[in-house]
Amino acid sequence: MEALLASAIGAMTAAAIYLILRRRSFAVVLGTTMLSYAINLFLFATGRLVVDRPPILRAGASYTDPLPQALVLTAIVISFGMTAVTVMMALGAFLEGGDDRVDMPKDDREPPR
Amino acid sequence: MSHLIITPVLLPAVIGALIILWMRGDLLLQRVFSIAGTVLLLAVSVWLLGLSLDGQVRVYRLGNWAAPFGIVLMLDRLAGVMLVLTSAMALAVQIYAFGSGWDRKGWHFHALWQFQLMGICGAFLTGDAFNLFVFFEILLIASYGLMTHGGGGMRLRAGVQYIAFNLAGSALFLAALGVLYAVTGTLNMADMAARVAAMPAQDTALLRTGAVMLMLVFAIKAALVPLHFWLPSTYANAPGPVAALFAIMTKVGVYAIIRFGMLVFPQDAVTEGVIRDLLLPAALFTLIVGQVGVLGSRNLGRLAAFAAIGSVGTLVIAVAQFTPQGIAAGMFYTVHSTLAAAALFLVVDMIGARRGDLWLREGPKLGGLVAGLFMAIAIAVVGMPPLSGFLGKLLVLDATRDAPVVWAVVLLTSLIAVYGMARAGSLLFWKSAEPARVLAGGVWAGGPIPTKLETHEPVQDLGDAASPALAAVAVGALLAGLVALTIFAGPAMDLAQATAAQLADPDAYIRAVLSGQEGAK
Repeated sequence: MEALLASAIGAMTAAAIYLILRRRSFAVVLGTTMLSYAINLFLFATGRLVVDRPPILRAGASYTDPLPQALVLTAIVISFGMTAVTVMMALGAFLEGGDDRVDMPKDDREPPR
Repeated sequence: MSHLIITPVLLPAVIGALIILWMRGDLLLQRVFSIAGTVLLLAVSVWLLGLSLDGQVRVYRLGNWAAPFGIVLMLDRLAGVMLVLTSAMALAVQIYAFGSGWDRKGWHFHALWQFQLMGICGAFLTGDAFNLFVFFEILLIASYGLMTHGGGGMRLRAGVQYIAFNLAGSALFLAALGVLYAVTGTLNMADMAARVAAMPAQDTALLRTGAVMLMLVFAIKAALVPLHFWLPSTYANAPGPVAALFAIMTKVGVYAIIRFGMLVFPQDAVTEGVIRDLLLPAALFTLIVGQVGVLGSRNLGRLAAFAAIGSVGTLVIAVAQFTPQGIAAGMFYTVHSTLAAAALFLVVDMIGARRGDLWLREGPKLGGLVAGLFMAIAIAVVGMPPLSGFLGKLLVLDATRDAPVVWAVVLLTSLIAVYGMARAGSLLFWKSAEPARVLAGGVWAGGPIPTKLETHEPVQDLGDAASPALAAVAVGALLAGLVALTIFAGPAMDLAQATAAQLADPDAYIRAVLSGQEGAK
């Protein structure tokens, strides 16, 4: 199971990095979303992989670490909100600028002729 | 237990929420409440700094939960100094935003401003690594809104870049925290420091990976080369007062480097100097890129942004020594460079409002006041006498006495920056032809809020300014801060040395958190 989870996280991170490095904002948004999925899985795994156990301490019984689950919840909420912000911002830039490229045009560095 | 410690987080949060809920359409109320809130924040910060001066590390346990399980806020000298610096600088810049009329360019300027302050203050106060992440997110989310305040195609596009870069940074932050949690089993910074110190040397490979990942995240926030690419376009396209407030954001990254470098990953014990070996070359290249960028910029906003990068380079050179002397020099330079960078962004905004754009080329003649302010602030930024930048650089050089490479880089790049600033100044103020646009001075511009910049104006129009005189006074206040830092350099240096001495003793910090918890749940 460790190998499955690790390769899933690795594949998702690789895809995310490829997408983030694209020049169109839509691909970048997809990339950051996918990166946050990979990170959430990774965070979940930091409490060690335990199957079929409750995140509650009880005498004698084994349990799974509850803290990473709380961290993942926080991370999901934040990344969800951030994705919405990015989409809005990218949409604004598309509507104002006319294209959805991520890199800055030359007018940012050199005075217009 | 003093509940005042949590006030710098609560106060901006409450005021920001009040502004959104009840003052949405009333700019005058927003201004009054927001500026009053920042004044209160400054008062509380000064009080907290006074408390921290006795050298005791104060702990605030939220909900009175015992430390490794509950969240703690910590107040030591470093946190106190950073709080006072943040709130004092924010107050001056906020008055500028009011005077220049920038806060009229959108509906939520003051609310976002308060949330930004909440995130910054929280990041300085927290004693919990995951909470540090949360406060980073709060200040980033507010900064996305502030950065695109006023709208405009170029600004939005720079905003998308800024968000994408920082989202990737946040993901890396979470991954680093995950690694550190997997290794140490805790997220409380003091507890983590205690467990890292007790870790057998052969088990530290993963720990070192986590430490370097965490430092990479802080390096993104501090804009160290080669992770600085987000900064120039972001700062150059942000509204002037917002860019000035962002001068403290790079320092949040440096603060986190200091905090984790001194407390959790003490050099030569566990991480075997790996952080120092990476940080120092990065800082040197940051300084070079920043100062060469000052010379190479064709836009005044980018010039100020590269000056900010250069100042972070100088700062991290001192911090990367991780000696008490280096940290003390870094503390002094932090205060100086924050005030100087903020003042530079504001004076650049003043120039933009009078010229109509920020390109470095011949244009309308500018007044003597703006020229004088630019001259004084440029002297402070490049570190020439008589202002505090000179003392700061002297201290940094003194802390790196046995490294000739550092001396060569600092001195040569200073020369480049002097040349770059002189070129910009002479182009702006001496090679100007037409008379300046008529000043709309002293007009109270009330009425409905224009929601964004007009399409033809890339910078703030002077005609929208509520009170250009007040804006100039705000810049003067920042400059006065620099002068005061120069005159009272002795006491300031004593405080910086006391701060560094406290940071060099992480055991006191750890004891303050983990022992004496009888009353806690």
